[in-house]
Amino acid sequence: MSTAGTARDRPAPLRRFEPAAFAGVWRHEIALFKRYYRPQTFASMAEPTFFLLAFGYGFGSLVAMAGGMRYLDFVATGVVGTAALFTSVFPAMFSGYSRRVYQHTYDAFLAAPVDVHELVAGEALWIAGKAALYSCTPVVVGLFFGLRPSPWVLLVPLVTFLSAAGFGLFGTWAAAAVPSINSFDYVITGVVTPAFLVAGTFFPASGLPGWARYLAQANPLYHCVELVRHAAFGAWRPPDAWHAAALALFAAWMWTIAVRRLRRRLID
Amino acid sequence: MVLPRPVRPARTDRPDGQAPPAVALRGVVKRFGALTAVAGLDLEVPAGSCFGLLGPNGAGKSTTMRLLTAQAIADAGTIEVLGFAVPREGKRARAAMGVVPQQDDLDEELTVRENLEIFARLYRLPRPERAAAIDRVLEIAHLADRPATRVDDLSGGMRRRLLIARALVHRPALLLMDEPTVGLDPQVRAELWGLIAGLRAAGTTVLMSTHYIEEAERLADACALVSHGRVIALGGPAELVAEHAGERVVEHYGPPDRLAAVERTARAAGLPTRRTGPSVSVLKAETIGPALAAELGPDGVARAANLEDVFVLLTGERVD
Ligand SMILES: Nc1ncnc2c1ncn2[C@@H]1O[C@H](COP(=O)(O)OP(=O)(O)OP(=O)(O)O)[C@@H](O)[C@H]1O
Ligand SMILES: [Mg+2]
Repeated sequence: MSTAGTARDRPAPLRRFEPAAFAGVWRHEIALFKRYYRPQTFASMAEPTFFLLAFGYGFGSLVAMAGGMRYLDFVATGVVGTAALFTSVFPAMFSGYSRRVYQHTYDAFLAAPVDVHELVAGEALWIAGKAALYSCTPVVVGLFFGLRPSPWVLLVPLVTFLSAAGFGLFGTWAAAAVPSINSFDYVITGVVTPAFLVAGTFFPASGLPGWARYLAQANPLYHCVELVRHAAFGAWRPPDAWHAAALALFAAWMWTIAVRRLRRRLID
Repeated sequence: MVLPRPVRPARTDRPDGQAPPAVALRGVVKRFGALTAVAGLDLEVPAGSCFGLLGPNGAGKSTTMRLLTAQAIADAGTIEVLGFAVPREGKRARAAMGVVPQQDDLDEELTVRENLEIFARLYRLPRPERAAAIDRVLEIAHLADRPATRVDDLSGGMRRRLLIARALVHRPALLLMDEPTVGLDPQVRAELWGLIAGLRAAGTTVLMSTHYIEEAERLADACALVSHGRVIALGGPAELVAEHAGERVVEHYGPPDRLAAVERTARAAGLPTRRTGPSVSVLKAETIGPALAAELGPDGVARAANLEDVFVLLTGERVD
């Protein structure tokens, strides 16, 4: 038997982010995705279609224009934002909780050479990537409803990726913070629903009372939707830099609290 | 059976010419609020040995294991695993060891092979070696014909074997096993014993905790008896038996007051006793002289002393 390869001789896994950790985390996600992509894809296609039908035709018969564009265009781009929110925050919350509490997946990973921040980063990137793609579906569906985007629309996945990274990390934080799965009601009703409503998704934020406009400024989904609209129609405006910065700040903040919270939960 | 060839731990020579221990804990303390789960634990696991951690429920065995993987951080003391300081170099230590947890943490929604694929990546196996490594551990775990089965559909014993296979995929130098055979039927347990003995023979250091005393007796080169987070006895299974329980044990059966009388008599003569359900066992029975034998009565049944006698004697008869 050879004694040449000692533990010390191995390549030292000392970098803060190890490719192997990501490879393992993503292999796990891919295996699960192979099993569940059908219902996930169905939901991500059907939901924006329903929204467009309900709001675009239902509401659109009352409102022709909103925020300086066709109401249908307004809604189609707004739904891109809500899709980015829903396809990131809910998977992060529910699978995060079940992997931690029921399946003990995280305990298994952490017994291997993986650290909490790598686990969080790997899952957040996966969720953001998936959400970035899924949240394009409203634009695609919108094409059938007469949406005519500019070439800048190709930047939309970048916007939704950054937004979904923040939303997903918020979900990871929530999954680590809640004492029981019932507490998700507070998170959903208290945070996700208001964020979804006060973001200029279905009606322009400019029509809101003053206090709600301030609230919208604090809402990452508002910044996401603004950027998506401007990208979709190539109508860039000076505040867009601020919108992008707000999304980046939000993601960075959520990253910090998600890692800290989950580490406290998983490492005794 | 195909056995993994382990990556040996570092063997930098020490002044005394001995290989450094695979695991060394010194004065380790771990508290959970007011509860002290590990209370100044000192332990050295020699490289290449099979070491048994014995102790009643709540003694701190699993907590000790989690300290070794840096999944729990000690409040005091130092920990070294394969020459790496834990938790500081914990990631490097974890790369060179395999862990079989007490609680099953396989991904039930995935297949046997998918579970192993994930860990082949986490353990940094180069792509060209992965498939062969997975086939090898599937063989070891006798799951070679079930790679596509979902974990949900495996039997309890198969899941346990998969858990062990997962820990071996990178040929670790050190294998931590927390109650590896709990819930297994005798055949499967015996088979796992064969596997563990084979690993050890191939040079892997094995640290296992167990409730099955027989398991420790058969497999372990040395055992530590842990109670309330401290090592209360240490040695080879045979040494521990010889020291604390002697060669032979005599069991007396009878009604409660008869048992109490036997206990009183034996203890007055300086012999340890333990309750064995409906009977009282008098340990170190080989030292009983004719007078004491007469006093204890003729109803005794002699048997060889075993590690369980030591366990119950030292860790107390009641679970607290
Ligand atoms: N995360 C935790 N938080 C609080 N207390 C804990 C935690 N983990 C373990 N303990 C406590 O620490 C003590 C030791 O537990 P541990 O799981 O290490 O025991 P054990 O020897 O493995 O027991 P068993 O044989 O039942 O598995 C117990 O009293 C347990 O309740
Ligand atoms: Mg335990």
